Amino acid sequence: MLELALKGDKKYWGWVIALLAVIGVAFAVYLKQLDFGLGITGMSRDVSWGFYIAQFTFLVGVAAGGVMVVLPRYLHDYKAFGRITILGEFLAIAAVVMCLLFIIADLGQPMRAFNVILYPTPGSVLFWDMIVLNGYLLLNIVIGWNVLEAERNNIHYAKWVKPLIITSIIWAPAIHTVTAFLYCGLPGRGFWMTAILAPRFLASAFAAGPALLILLCLIIRKVTKFDPGREQIQSLAKIVTYAIIINVFFLLCEVFVVFYSRIPSHMSHMQYLFAGLHGHGALVPWMWTSMALMATSIVLLVIPATRKNESVLAFTCVILFIGTWIDKGMGMISGGFVPNPLHHVTEYMPTLPEILITLGVYATGLLVLTILFKVAVGVKEEAGGLKDTCESC
Amino acid sequence: MGNSRRSFLKVAGITALGIGTKPVLDVFASSGGHGAEPKPEVSQNEEALTAKKWGMVIDTRKFHSAEDLDPIIEACHKIHNVPELTEPKHEIMWLWGDEYKHVFTHKEHELINDRIKHLPFLVLCNHCEKPACVRACPTKATFKRDDGIVLMDFHRCIGCRFCMAACPYGSRSFNFRDPRPFIKEENKDFPTRMKGVVEKCNFCAERLAVGKMPACVEASNGAITVGDLDDPESEVRELLRSNYTIRRKPDLGAGPSVYYIV
Amino acid sequence: MYDKNKIVVGLVIFVAIVTFPFWYNLGKASSAPEPKLSEKAKAAKECVVPKKDMKQEHMQILDLWRDTVVRDANRIYKTGKGKTFNMSLSTGEDSCMGCHENKAEFCDKCHNYASVDPYCWDCHIAPKEKKPEENK
Repeated sequence: MLELALKGDKKYWGWVIALLAVIGVAFAVYLKQLDFGLGITGMSRDVSWGFYIAQFTFLVGVAAGGVMVVLPRYLHDYKAFGRITILGEFLAIAAVVMCLLFIIADLGQPMRAFNVILYPTPGSVLFWDMIVLNGYLLLNIVIGWNVLEAERNNIHYAKWVKPLIITSIIWAPAIHTVTAFLYCGLPGRGFWMTAILAPRFLASAFAAGPALLILLCLIIRKVTKFDPGREQIQSLAKIVTYAIIINVFFLLCEVFVVFYSRIPSHMSHMQYLFAGLHGHGALVPWMWTSMALMATSIVLLVIPATRKNESVLAFTCVILFIGTWIDKGMGMISGGFVPNPLHHVTEYMPTLPEILITLGVYATGLLVLTILFKVAVGVKEEAGGLKDTCESC
Repeated sequence: MGNSRRSFLKVAGITALGIGTKPVLDVFASSGGHGAEPKPEVSQNEEALTAKKWGMVIDTRKFHSAEDLDPIIEACHKIHNVPELTEPKHEIMWLWGDEYKHVFTHKEHELINDRIKHLPFLVLCNHCEKPACVRACPTKATFKRDDGIVLMDFHRCIGCRFCMAACPYGSRSFNFRDPRPFIKEENKDFPTRMKGVVEKCNFCAERLAVGKMPACVEASNGAITVGDLDDPESEVRELLRSNYTIRRKPDLGAGPSVYYIV
Repeated sequence: MYDKNKIVVGLVIFVAIVTFPFWYNLGKASSAPEPKLSEKAKAAKECVVPKKDMKQEHMQILDLWRDTVVRDANRIYKTGKGKTFNMSLSTGEDSCMGCHENKAEFCDKCHNYASVDPYCWDCHIAPKEKKPEENK
């Protein structure tokens, strides 16, 4: 089926080449990082994880979010999502690829990455994270490819794929749960030490992932002959609505516990993020922007008129995506490190090389996504999922 | 002997990976069978200092200012080739001093007496009984020895820094760049580190192995004592018996092995 | 056959690229170097194991040694013949480099030839080379 990705117009190839150019630049910067060390990033002794790990965390969410189309389709037999399950699965593949690349980019000795397998350590959450992420990647590749191929040949997918699909539905929350466990089991890091961290991660994942999928559906409708469908987009929008409300609710639960109990080792991180601490407050404007964006998106999603208007919905999804990205991709990780265990404040901001490498990983993910979606849409177009026949779905 | 079986298993592991083959087995595990030559053996130095559970007691009453700590810190950092980086974000510290309110974050209060308020306290790896860093490490590059010392295997560390996030005492440093240019005077008997690995206090394991006390103990004029916490007759136990001592963040349950007399 | 010419040309280019290392190095092969033993090493006659085994297995031995020292706290190695060694690469008289004093002549010669680049010396400090002409 891959040959479908080789047939494209000028715009398609222009996009691919642009992505390759970004990847090329980022790779050169990465070589520099390999040579010099992680000192070219903004990370420090106190904030020892930064942008890379934050993007990793956010993208695990996006990957897990893919299950929000797979689950209704296969467990509730919600047929409408049949049109777009493949998009959810392929989005998950691209997101997991980015996650793995971010982990590699963050390692001080990437050449030794295989030590994790050579000296397996089941007591370490990172060991399990490696397993669940690679497992999820593999599951989605096998499932996505088989189901799509079956669709192309106009047959039902093979019987053995079904158990894998069920597995992947259970597996999706697992990847984000394990990722949350990376943080919430660490003594002395009050910000993350909350049992609600995994649920919070999942809520923001099920908001951000499907929101991105809505945007991708709208783009696909615009640039190809395949229409993912209005009903599908609206169903996704409802999922996003519930998820973002739950996400903000969880956040408010945290705020209550932290500020009513007033335990400094838990409170100081929130203070740093939202008000600044000891005169340091680089993230304050970001965090309030995030709050405003999430709140606005809730209003626009809850009101039926604005949710049903696809132009407004597109805008809502964009601000929701940015809002959750700031919350998780900027605040969640460095917020946990500031102040440090000795209550000193060292601030963190990514450096230019760090941002370039990050963009390179995103470009790689987009390239994978572009190729996979090109294949998927190609199959759909062949199968006659054209705009005019869409009303029936 | 436990040791030879252990190394046999290790070799068998290597063999299974296809890296080495039979000749390696000959070196470590077989000989005894053919010929009269006995098996090779590994052991500790005869003069090695050992304990069931190493611990440290720091008598902070013997320190009065930051200058009193300097020679101790210098002795540690010099002997272990700890670099002096100019960029504070990349700092490497095995042993350093900080104020009471930063060291004992759960115990500070506004009205604490002036001596303690301004006294610098020595901080280092606590060699915890239940170390969170060891739990977090995905490669067993950091591990706890049977005698309680928490060590780093720099050969194996992949630089994921999970241990740094896990340590509730901020005792770990990461080599954000090649440390060598920042080591003023290399001690050639101890390795430096390379970029991309985590490091921390090693309780002078390399000195205990040859019968020497840790460098900080030697440089402290009796303010720092190390010994066996499991031995009721040891000097550290005597100090703990006769003085009021505190530990850092005992409420976290990690069980730090460094005690402070205040 | 469609595109016969294109396929043949493609195959020729493929074969040329794949065999590039062989014909590029044709006639340049040099004989394997012998590591130069220090006087001390010569006098000792035998290392931890016989020379032949040492040549083949020193990497595995070093790997085992470092695990034994770092992780099990055992630092002394006693051979079957009763000789003892300090299981250390570069610390002290009876370590590896205590005897094989010259890294360039002993280690690098073969490693360079075999194009292997062990990272030992990223951390361990090599003994100072004594003869200035060998520093080139």
